Amino acid sequence: MITWLANPERFTRVFAPIRPYIGGLAAVLFAWGLYLCFASPEDYQQGDTVRIMYLHVPAAWMAMMVYLIMGIASFFGLIFRHALADAAAKAAAPIGAVFTALALITGSLWGKPMWGTWWEWDGRMTSVLVLFLFYIGYIALHASIDDEVRAAKSTAILALVGLVNLPVIKFSVDWWNTLHQGASVVRMDGPTIAPEMLWPLLVMTAAFHALFVWLWLVRIDAEIITRRYRTLRARLSFQ
Amino acid sequence: MDLDMGKYGFYVWGCYGATFVALSALVIASVRARSLQKTKLDALQDALKDVKSDI
Amino acid sequence: MSTKINVAPHAALSLLKRDLSLSLTRGGGPLLAVGFYLTLMAMIPLSLGSDSTTLSRVAPGLTWLSLALASLLSLERLFERDYEDGLFDILRLGPLPMEVIALLKCLAQWLGTGLMLAVLTPFVMIILGAPVDAAFISLIGAILGSLSFAIIGGIGASLSLGTRKGGVLIALLVLPFYVPPVIFGAGLMQAYLTGAPITQALSLLCAYALFALALGPIAMGAALKSALS
Repeated sequence: MITWLANPERFTRVFAPIRPYIGGLAAVLFAWGLYLCFASPEDYQQGDTVRIMYLHVPAAWMAMMVYLIMGIASFFGLIFRHALADAAAKAAAPIGAVFTALALITGSLWGKPMWGTWWEWDGRMTSVLVLFLFYIGYIALHASIDDEVRAAKSTAILALVGLVNLPVIKFSVDWWNTLHQGASVVRMDGPTIAPEMLWPLLVMTAAFHALFVWLWLVRIDAEIITRRYRTLRARLSFQ
Repeated sequence: MDLDMGKYGFYVWGCYGATFVALSALVIASVRARSLQKTKLDALQDALKDVKSDI
Repeated sequence: MSTKINVAPHAALSLLKRDLSLSLTRGGGPLLAVGFYLTLMAMIPLSLGSDSTTLSRVAPGLTWLSLALASLLSLERLFERDYEDGLFDILRLGPLPMEVIALLKCLAQWLGTGLMLAVLTPFVMIILGAPVDAAFISLIGAILGSLSFAIIGGIGASLSLGTRKGGVLIALLVLPFYVPPVIFGAGLMQAYLTGAPITQALSLLCAYALFALALGPIAMGAALKSALS
């Protein structure tokens, strides 16, 4: 399946017609999810700030998932030399960086009313911050190599090294957190989530997924177009 | 639907505002980048067609 | 085939020797990193105030941070000159695989610069206010930590080869990966100073160095091959 779709021409033929539907699906899910976000009752403990969770949790989830997707695409690009996999990894990085930044911003805005600080150096937020730095490094490395093939290879290696290191960093940050437990007042896990809060969360998560897939397809397509343009130009200059 | 967030208004609307701004900027940037490349490619392909028909 | 096996250790040893002597003499050798390390040490009291209770509390952590930053300095020239001179093209025809070449270059760099920084670490920490009896354990920690820094840094150096943005890019790529050794190293010192058992932090620091030794050559080999093709 992946090998079959690895042909850029075929990829465009298959996905160009369904792309608008995915975009439409994202829009509908966002509209429905936003309605649910504000129609759902306040949490008895957190009050209205529970509505921040409906953005924060999907954003944080996507931040990790997009990195995983980037790593898998990089793996296929590196091992099987699929040009499309390179394009897919490159296209995912800015989207993942934006989701990660949103997870940090909403987390900070949630932390202020809940814990009384804009930033709590707990394990989770620190790990997400490191993840954000990974995205920045990936994008910076890609931007600083002119040769497209080499840039794809180098960033793929970086993405895989990052993927292998992420659990290690997560572990080390958690370990560090237990070391400095004294000052920490954060308890996030609380009681099990109520069903009226589950629905908006689920719909918003689905909306974030749909938006990601649509954006990803648009960016991959842009990448394919850019490459076609470049090869055409190169061929012209040879004549 | 109750849109009065009480004392948490700043935080809740700040989150939704930031998310809206960031995601729409990402959408606009992605779509614009693609259409820009598309116009460039189409122009080049048209130019090529003209050259070939001249010969 | 049998000659290859006999030749490889000699080739490895001579490459290590050459790189070590180069890293000690070329461009001031370890002086740059050592000078930077000591400058950072001097800046810490100047920015935090000379109050000895504050300083002794933050001394181990800031020493580890300075060690990590000083380890970054020599990374830029780790592969750069041999890459530009075309030495890698000759080396890859030899008996050693690219992974081993990269690892040997990192080890030479570590022996030349990293060890020097590690030896300085107890002194820096004590000058900043840590108790003298922490010297030995800080030396052990710094040796393990600087080894991790050197190899993980080598990955960044090999990835940014030929990008013309050099140093800043390497720092951006590498520093997030320095998080675990900095945490484990500073945690080791904290555990020692508060009288908690140090075995856990020490074994984690060891484990990370081994992890870097296993992962580094693979990543560096792939990056160097991609840079040379």
